[in-house]
Amino acid sequence: MINPNEDGNDEMETKTTPSSLSDVANATKARKQPGSGALGVGLEARGIHAWFGDKLVLRDISLDFWSGTVTALIGPSGCGKSTFIRTLNRMHEFIPGAAMAGEVLLNGQDIYEQGTDVTKIRLKVGMVFQKPNPFPSMTIADNVLAGLKLAQLKTENKDDLLEECLERAGLWNEVKDRLNAYGGSLSGGQQQRLCIARSLAVRPEVLLMDEPCSALDPGSTLKIEETIQHLSSSMTIIIVTHNMQQAARVSDYTGFFLSDGGPGELVEVGPTSEIFSRPKDTRTENYVTGRFG
Amino acid sequence: MTTTAPGARSANSPISTPVKREITTKPRFSDKVFRGVATAGGLSSLVILGLILIFLGYQGFQVLRSEGFGFITGSNWQVMQDNAGNTDLAASTFGIAAMLIGTLLCAAMAVVIAVPISVLCALYLTFYAPQLLKKIMVAVIDLMAAFPSILFGMWGFFILMPHVEYWGRLIHKYFSWIPLFKMEIPVFTRSPFVAGVVLAIMIIPIITSVSREIFSQTPLDRVQAAYALGATRWSMIRAVVIPYGRSGVVGGAMLGLGRAMGETVAVYTVLNLVYQINWHVLIGAGGNVASMILLKFGEAGPTETRALMAAGLVLFLLTLLVNSIANTIVSRTGGKGR
Repeated sequence: MINPNEDGNDEMETKTTPSSLSDVANATKARKQPGSGALGVGLEARGIHAWFGDKLVLRDISLDFWSGTVTALIGPSGCGKSTFIRTLNRMHEFIPGAAMAGEVLLNGQDIYEQGTDVTKIRLKVGMVFQKPNPFPSMTIADNVLAGLKLAQLKTENKDDLLEECLERAGLWNEVKDRLNAYGGSLSGGQQQRLCIARSLAVRPEVLLMDEPCSALDPGSTLKIEETIQHLSSSMTIIIVTHNMQQAARVSDYTGFFLSDGGPGELVEVGPTSEIFSRPKDTRTENYVTGRFG
Repeated sequence: MTTTAPGARSANSPISTPVKREITTKPRFSDKVFRGVATAGGLSSLVILGLILIFLGYQGFQVLRSEGFGFITGSNWQVMQDNAGNTDLAASTFGIAAMLIGTLLCAAMAVVIAVPISVLCALYLTFYAPQLLKKIMVAVIDLMAAFPSILFGMWGFFILMPHVEYWGRLIHKYFSWIPLFKMEIPVFTRSPFVAGVVLAIMIIPIITSVSREIFSQTPLDRVQAAYALGATRWSMIRAVVIPYGRSGVVGGAMLGLGRAMGETVAVYTVLNLVYQINWHVLIGAGGNVASMILLKFGEAGPTETRALMAAGLVLFLLTLLVNSIANTIVSRTGGKGR
């Protein structure tokens, strides 16, 4: 199956050489089950609907995200995955004409309740975007600590926090000698890890990642995936991805979204190994086996 | 027979540095025509500017040579005539120091007053104003930029001037420890302060327009990144919008400064032109090169006209100097926010 003439410089290919996605999903790591090792429900979406203007783009999504697990959301383009995770930290409402219905419970509290301080919600539910977006006017160090300044938080020891966040994002060794360089001087993959470090500095409980690797090369993608693995022990991670290999590699649970031209719906959700080996819905099976999408 | 894989260099083929090929693109005819038109358009503005400079230099040369540096350091403007009624250049003195300083003083004051107002206005329009109000305000502000300056002058004369004494006394009472606001002669009207306020109102639309444009171009991903970190709108603006828009705001301020320095009629209406250097902005005595030219132009004889041309040349060069300094500042500080 593998061409012997190939010199094997594709790192990930040689590392896993998967014969099927379900093998990857099974082999990746010991699965965390709700109640065993997981820290309880971190975030619950209840009957989420979303509109842009008059157009309904998401219908009745209910999903639980367990603390200490990684949930991947997969599905073809335009099925509402990104819109869905943007409802989870109230970034959805920045789009003019956007509306939603349903509840998002963070530790049992509805984040859409009247009188909720939105900025506090976004501190607890951090976000990493598709395109690396460090603040170019700030140094690497200032970028990591930007959240503290933006949300007017106090911290005892900035240097420790800086090192800890960069360490957790897997970037410390690469930038420790040039913390005062500007964020834009890093490579794309490094910038994305800088953005992860930046979201970690405000100590979120949940981290939303909207296709964090789609603009990166395979090497950087691998690094980010390692970072996700490290982080998942202490927080809830929800990652939207178009890369099913990636979903299989990093996630504990996978949700499959689909839109048949109308609003996006959640077709199936379950442990990642099951979604990739024994999906209950034929549409899921067709998608994960590459028959469409 | 040996074969090599497609794209692979056979191992024993010698590697020598090849001769560099000349890479040329022959433009099509239509491209050449358009390039010609665009070049002509671009050059014509430069040519016109150059011709004005040459004209002013040629006309003013005689006076500048006879006055030397005294033209920009002296502040005496006296036309002497000999017995035949001709202007005696050697006996006359032309010095525009007071006017130059007055120009800088009024323009600087205008920028200092206008920039904060304009930036706040632009931020309000970009991030806070409801859509309908925003549309109306943008239209009104753009209209203001095209308003005839004499109307601002009349507003300054009839509306602002009667009230400025109150303002002047207030500032004098609390800030007279600043040399700029010292008051030795209690003449409040027609002061550089009034002129500065009128100029400020004239340049607010320009600076607001430029700032609003640049603020509205702030990359959305950075704005979202700030919000996703728990930023309030104000802290987002401070961390993302201001660094991004800073160079644009400075550019707008420079456009405004240029207009304020060259403004003639509005200043002429509200300022008392006095040939004496006056740093105290509240006293009703000031100067402005352009207004002085307007004041003298009607009754000037040939020699005095030449002196006015020289004054125009100095104003031209001063504006150029200020703008290039500003450009340097923008290019030094601009890159970081982008």
